[in-house]
Amino acid sequence: MMLLLKIALRNILRNRRRSLMTGSAVAVGALAVLLFGAFQSFLFLGLETNLVQRTGHLSVFRSGYFLYGAGNPSAYGIPDYKAVMDRIAKDPEIAPLIAVITPTQSLVGIAGNFEGENDASKTFLGVGVIPSDRDRMRQWNAYGAGRVWGRDTRLSDDDEQRGLVGGGVARILNLCGALKLDNCPPAPALPSDDVATGAPASADITDLVNREAASQGKPVAQAMPRIDLLSATAGGAPNVVSLEVSGVDPQGVKELDDSYVVMHLALAQQLVYGRGEHRATGIVLQLKSTSDVPVVRARLERLIKDAGLNLEVRDFREITPFYGQVVALFGSIFLFISVIMGVIVLFAVVNTMTMNVMERTNEIGTTRAIGVRRGGIRWQFIAEGALLGAIGATAGLVLAIIAAWFVNRAGITWLPPGNANPIPLRLEMSGTGRLIAGTWLGLVLVAIVAALVPANRAAKLPVVDALRHV
Amino acid sequence: MATAKEAPIVRLDHVVKTYRAGSIEVEALRGISLDIPANRFTMVVGPSGSGKTTLLNLIGCIDAPTRGTVEVAGQPIAALDDNRLSDFRARNIGFIFQNFSLVPVLSAYENVEYPLLLVGMAAAERRRRTLAMLEAVGLAAQARQRPNELSGGQKQRVAIARALVKGPQMVLADEPTANLDTATGAAIIELMRKVQEDSHTTFIFSTHDPHVMSHADETFTIRDGAVVAHTEGAVA
Repeated sequence: MMLLLKIALRNILRNRRRSLMTGSAVAVGALAVLLFGAFQSFLFLGLETNLVQRTGHLSVFRSGYFLYGAGNPSAYGIPDYKAVMDRIAKDPEIAPLIAVITPTQSLVGIAGNFEGENDASKTFLGVGVIPSDRDRMRQWNAYGAGRVWGRDTRLSDDDEQRGLVGGGVARILNLCGALKLDNCPPAPALPSDDVATGAPASADITDLVNREAASQGKPVAQAMPRIDLLSATAGGAPNVVSLEVSGVDPQGVKELDDSYVVMHLALAQQLVYGRGEHRATGIVLQLKSTSDVPVVRARLERLIKDAGLNLEVRDFREITPFYGQVVALFGSIFLFISVIMGVIVLFAVVNTMTMNVMERTNEIGTTRAIGVRRGGIRWQFIAEGALLGAIGATAGLVLAIIAAWFVNRAGITWLPPGNANPIPLRLEMSGTGRLIAGTWLGLVLVAIVAALVPANRAAKLPVVDALRHV
Repeated sequence: MATAKEAPIVRLDHVVKTYRAGSIEVEALRGISLDIPANRFTMVVGPSGSGKTTLLNLIGCIDAPTRGTVEVAGQPIAALDDNRLSDFRARNIGFIFQNFSLVPVLSAYENVEYPLLLVGMAAAERRRRTLAMLEAVGLAAQARQRPNELSGGQKQRVAIARALVKGPQMVLADEPTANLDTATGAAIIELMRKVQEDSHTTFIFSTHDPHVMSHADETFTIRDGAVVAHTEGAVA
């Protein structure tokens, strides 16, 4: 074996220029696959971090909510959700794994801005949260691949009236000026004949708001811009609340950005349940580690079954299919790049090994004559191919580490799919052991496969023909 | 000095070897039968194209006859598959080629050691034998040098050491002095003669070099694929 490797290495060094070209092809292949793989890993981790910060790892819903609840969230509220949360939070198997457990209330309705001269309304998708829990969830950054958020003072546990809207909602409801937003020009004035005639619907909503505020003894005028949210209660009656818009929470997807409203859980519950029992549409669990998702999910499902609760558990991948789509897309691109690089390496090594066999035909005849078996010749050239692949792949790995080091210090930012805020671009090589090992072994394997045909041809050469070769 | 004639180490019986060159079949050996005695300096002589190398290839078990039987050291070679034939060569036959045919990436020491690795010899014994063999051919000082750092004569000495280091029953030398100047060729043949006498190994040469022929204990003259003369000693 040592002789085999010694001869292989010396032959590689003997044909320096040819080996350098082939090794370079392998190195470039390794470099491309590793850098793209590192970028892909960072993208996946960043995306996962973003989702986990927003939606947690696992959500407990009323059965059927996930598939049908979007049309009528109020009908799928979890009764006595605090008791359910308490049971989950105190479970000895789950408790040590949880970072945050918090209730949420989803809702749909119409948001309107009828202050002063404004007369704009828009359907909205709302979510009610506990602000301090939202802050804690946004601290999750297990891979260091996400944005590090500070405490969001625009929302407060103590002020149930405050909320945030998507950038699109702010624009549509003419809140840009009041919120002092950049890149948010006011809507162009419409010609007078384009405006529909008749009493505006806003009059009815404003009237409802005033009556609701008066019934609760709250002042109507606010320092922050105020929008009115209209929704149907669980009982089907229309209900309206006022929301003081303390800022914008931009969303990466335009459709969501144009309809997103986040508010205090209590306000959302007031809007959806009125004076009835306040429920929650979801109980969100953010875990310390994503790797615990299967364990916690299984335990949650067992708890629910044992307690006879009409609930279901979904993880963040199910709740946001976009994540799976991005993973699949980038997985396909990665596979495509890997295959292309593999084919280039294959042909480069085949070419080199074929030339080596041709040049060393007489040597093959000599060694066969003195007693080397066919298998010995075959292994000799396979070892040469493997060594060439290993040297090239190792060089590619070193180059990739150097390139990643420079990229990571260049201060490049980028906007990942689904994100509203740019994040620093990092090519993380340190946490990608499987990628490195897979790329290295894959390229060595390709080099071995490439060497097989020339090696077999060398092994099958008749000894006398090989000796006659000049 | 010729040793006493012993039982044959090589037996060929009505051996025919044909090659196909396109659509034409060429008969390189035409029914040769001969016995080559062991422990002697045997020459196969004849003009170019007479079939000398083909005959040596069959004796060296690196080619198979089209018809007839070849027996080496009592072993019918047709009975051996390729792996067993390789092992047989590794143990019993040493080769010296006209163009030296050393492995270019190995040093003189490693080239000589190579056949011992093939027979699985222990490291200490391998080292002892290799150094002794290099000493015997006068190349102890050049042990670390690669073939491209050696002269033609030195390369052929390494080839001789490689052929003899495992103590084979038989050494085949195909025109061993063809690529050497007269003086070096003479020195090489003297060296082989000495080694043959010391080790009692059978040497079989193919040659048309008169100086080499003059050392023969036994000479087979071959022409057009047939043995035309068998002489004790050198051809006159």
